[in-house]
Amino acid sequence: MNLNDVRKLLDAKICVGEEYLGRQVETCCGSDLMSDVLAFTKCKTLLCTGLANMQVIRTADMTDLCGVILVRGKLPGEDMLKEAAQNKLPIMSTEYTLFEACGILYSNGLRGCSRKAEEQ
Amino acid sequence: MSDSKSVKMHYDVAGDDFDRAGEASAGLKRLLQKIGVPADIIRRIAIGTYEAEMNVIIHAGGGQVDAEIFPEETVVYIADQGPGIPDIKLAMQEGWSTAPDHVRQMGFGAGMGLPNMMKCSDDFDIQSTVGSGTNIKMKFKHISEDL
Repeated sequence: MNLNDVRKLLDAKICVGEEYLGRQVETCCGSDLMSDVLAFTKCKTLLCTGLANMQVIRTADMTDLCGVILVRGKLPGEDMLKEAAQNKLPIMSTEYTLFEACGILYSNGLRGCSRKAEEQ
Repeated sequence: MSDSKSVKMHYDVAGDDFDRAGEASAGLKRLLQKIGVPADIIRRIAIGTYEAEMNVIIHAGGGQVDAEIFPEETVVYIADQGPGIPDIKLAMQEGWSTAPDHVRQMGFGAGMGLPNMMKCSDDFDIQSTVGSGTNIKMKFKHISEDL
């Protein structure tokens, strides 16, 4: 699955980084806790989150996330957009909740980052 | 880069400045990319340094991030002159945190920072004195895990 497939499935609005939507998504993480994103994700992970602040962008940069989905219709601020553009990080916004967005992606074949998910 | 030389980086990190939080780690990441360190190693260095940088901002009122990049390894030093950690063994436990609510609302303070620094680095050392501050040294070998 690539980011454009994700966009279609979640009926998401592209906030920044349209040119990177061909990027492959290997795993997905749904969390508002950046500590967990830092501890448990792999590179090329898509993050679905209800948190819309600069720490999401910085965490995405450190962990080499392939993109960020903001749930519940949240939108990034100007500072987030600027930093994301610099970091080549695509951000999209969906009206679905975190649970719904993750459920849709999971039911379409995307898997999580845990060792248990790897074993399946 | 020759064997006898290293590249050094220094950042002063301001306490409670969450707008700039992560700039030192991002700066180190860009430098490592420029030098040509493997991407999976850079990811571990960036995550470990970012966790430490956030701790300095959240708990210590600021500090210093220094890195020395050798051909075979990167060494990161994080120093602060904050309150120190009374019980390091307890602080190393996953889930143990003293972070205030406003930090948790930003997505941090889950008590994963120190254990994650240890997990990301090949060698981890922490020294802390109550009332004087904390010093962390992390070594990261430039050898990919899959080799």
